[in-house]
Amino acid sequence: MSDPDGVVAIVMPKWGLSMKEGLIIEWFVSEGDTVAVGDELAEVETDKINGEVEATSAGVIRRIVAGPGTKYRVQSLLAVLADASVDDAVIDEFIAGFPEPPEEVEGEEAESAYDTVTVAGLQVRYSRVGEGSPVLLLHGFGGDLDNWLFNIGALAEHASVLAVDLPGHGESSLTIPDPSPEGLARFTWSVLDELGIHDVALVGHSMGGAIASAMAIQQPDRVRSLALLAPAGFGPEINQAYIDGFVAARSKREMKDVASTLFADSSAVTRTMIDGMLRYKRVDGVAPLLAELRDAWFIGGTQLVGLRDGLAELRKPVLVIWGADDRVIPASHAAADSFATVHVIDGAGHMVQMERANEVNRLLVSHLAETHDALT
Amino acid sequence: MTTLVGTRTITCREAINEALDQEMANDPTVIVMGEDIVGGTGSPGEDDAWGGVLGVTKGLYAKHGDRLLDTPLSESAYVGAAIGAAACGMRPVAELMFIDFMGVCLDQIFNQAAKFRYMFGGKAETPVVIRAMVGAGLRAAAQHSQMLTPVLTHIPGLKVVCPSNAYDMKGLLIESIRDNDPVIFCEHKALYDLSAEVPEAPYSIPFGEANIVQEGSDCSIVTYGMMVHRAEEAASTLDSEGISCEVIDLRTLSPMDIDTVIESVANTGRLVCVDEANPRCSIAADVSAQVTQQAFGSLRAGIEMVTAPHTPVPFSPALEDAYIPSATQIADAVRKVIAG
Repeated sequence: MSDPDGVVAIVMPKWGLSMKEGLIIEWFVSEGDTVAVGDELAEVETDKINGEVEATSAGVIRRIVAGPGTKYRVQSLLAVLADASVDDAVIDEFIAGFPEPPEEVEGEEAESAYDTVTVAGLQVRYSRVGEGSPVLLLHGFGGDLDNWLFNIGALAEHASVLAVDLPGHGESSLTIPDPSPEGLARFTWSVLDELGIHDVALVGHSMGGAIASAMAIQQPDRVRSLALLAPAGFGPEINQAYIDGFVAARSKREMKDVASTLFADSSAVTRTMIDGMLRYKRVDGVAPLLAELRDAWFIGGTQLVGLRDGLAELRKPVLVIWGADDRVIPASHAAADSFATVHVIDGAGHMVQMERANEVNRLLVSHLAETHDALT
Repeated sequence: MTTLVGTRTITCREAINEALDQEMANDPTVIVMGEDIVGGTGSPGEDDAWGGVLGVTKGLYAKHGDRLLDTPLSESAYVGAAIGAAACGMRPVAELMFIDFMGVCLDQIFNQAAKFRYMFGGKAETPVVIRAMVGAGLRAAAQHSQMLTPVLTHIPGLKVVCPSNAYDMKGLLIESIRDNDPVIFCEHKALYDLSAEVPEAPYSIPFGEANIVQEGSDCSIVTYGMMVHRAEEAASTLDSEGISCEVIDLRTLSPMDIDTVIESVANTGRLVCVDEANPRCSIAADVSAQVTQQAFGSLRAGIEMVTAPHTPVPFSPALEDAYIPSATQIADAVRKVIAG
């Protein structure tokens, strides 16, 4: 959003399909500061999680129009960035002419954001946003497609982003036909077949990383590249107390303890996040289903699934991202491999794609751009 | 079995109906009994028969047949029968229509059902649910409008539930049916048409877990049932004045999640207790006493209570409206504790 004078609007970002507004917690910059691309400008709180607004281009913060402690609708003007040489009057004119974000019609957004497809008799919920080559996002154990809240929008500027709820998860059918990595990988290929997607770049988190790896091993000619975030299947250790705690948790207190394990900074866990997890966990049949899935993957603190060797043989472009403070699967599993590019991010836990969303998005976008032609 | 964990928006009335329907399908020992509860397609008589005085059980007869029992107009008889059936291995849900009718069957409830586990060495179980409408606002006068939750919360051996929204209605009713103790399930009659997102699949919410409806830093407002909505309205008004309220919905009154209240007061330092019941020995008085005993050091101001006055519910519409605690009264109470 810039005009010929190089005036750039910093707006309230939209993190996730359901975000309508955000609260400015604090500004990290002042008027007159010079910023570079990627600099964190402000902290914003949503009902789901806190995040940082980043500079999308370099320049001088000419005006801050959104005050801390106030909520702003998505796409509202927060600040104006421009070169120091741009006249103040031009800035004033830009602010005066900046369009008010449209009031959303209640319910309309939520309905169009998700869709379902029937595969082997099971309903699979998915979200598909953006134009370009298909990218598939696979969440982890007990998660759902909202785990990609902060990532879908950024990736959708460059690709056609498909995120699914794995069977037995989120709002997909409460049945897992075959809980093994290979079984889940086959099922996910069937989802892509049903949606008419042939070749794809795979992005997987945790258990979803292992499923992505198994998919690539099954049908390498359909996979352009892999990006694996704190993936399972890269080493023996797993935090069994976390897995068992998540399967057992029924009360808010139990779930809060469990969820705090997912982040380096436990304060990232919000009430809405806990409520969302409990809504899923309290449904009849979810706990036994997750126990069955767990027993196929993780027993006594050991992962039963190893995919590293199979992946190494594929010679596919592989990006591995890990939070240095991951308390579910240790970041030591990211140890340099000749077949993968590895990034370990300081100050991030297991949910690295949420906790360091901007950094992860940059890594994913450049990885996808570099590997776009991998199949041709 | 394939179950879609989908959600849709349904009313409290539909949520209660769905909970009964799904539990009857899940468990053959679940039976439903009450006055005029049989109704809808497939029931004897007219196709559009009521299904309870407010239509909550409509349509269940067609699916579950004689497991829905229309009873004579004798609360003492059928509530006693439900408790007896529970003692013999069934899971009855008795619809008491108005909680005001509790008076005629109170011996069965507080002297029998509530005492069996205690008097039989912990070995007797009485998995009965008594559903009843509570609260004022429907111009139903003094004998059909009371909020008798404190009377029942007082009695050891009973569990008391009073949800504020459709999601909690379904999850807490399923929990009530599966619970092995007698549960009094209070449905505020002004909430039946209120909608919320509710999962299609059966789910249950544990007892004794308050819900923080809205987080805030200046004052905690603790309430339950229909008053949750009045408290939210007050909090919204106060927000525009720069006063940030934390609204806590107790959801279950026995057991009560006082820990969540105490944690909240530790942050806000201020407490307003809101209750549609009469003030003496109310839930508001109970919460106030517990916080004073357990967290006096957290309080930066005296506790305020907003309740109905100590009178029967008036029949005059103007007086009834004045009787029910309003968002304005709640906001005033918050301003008072903020002023110290």
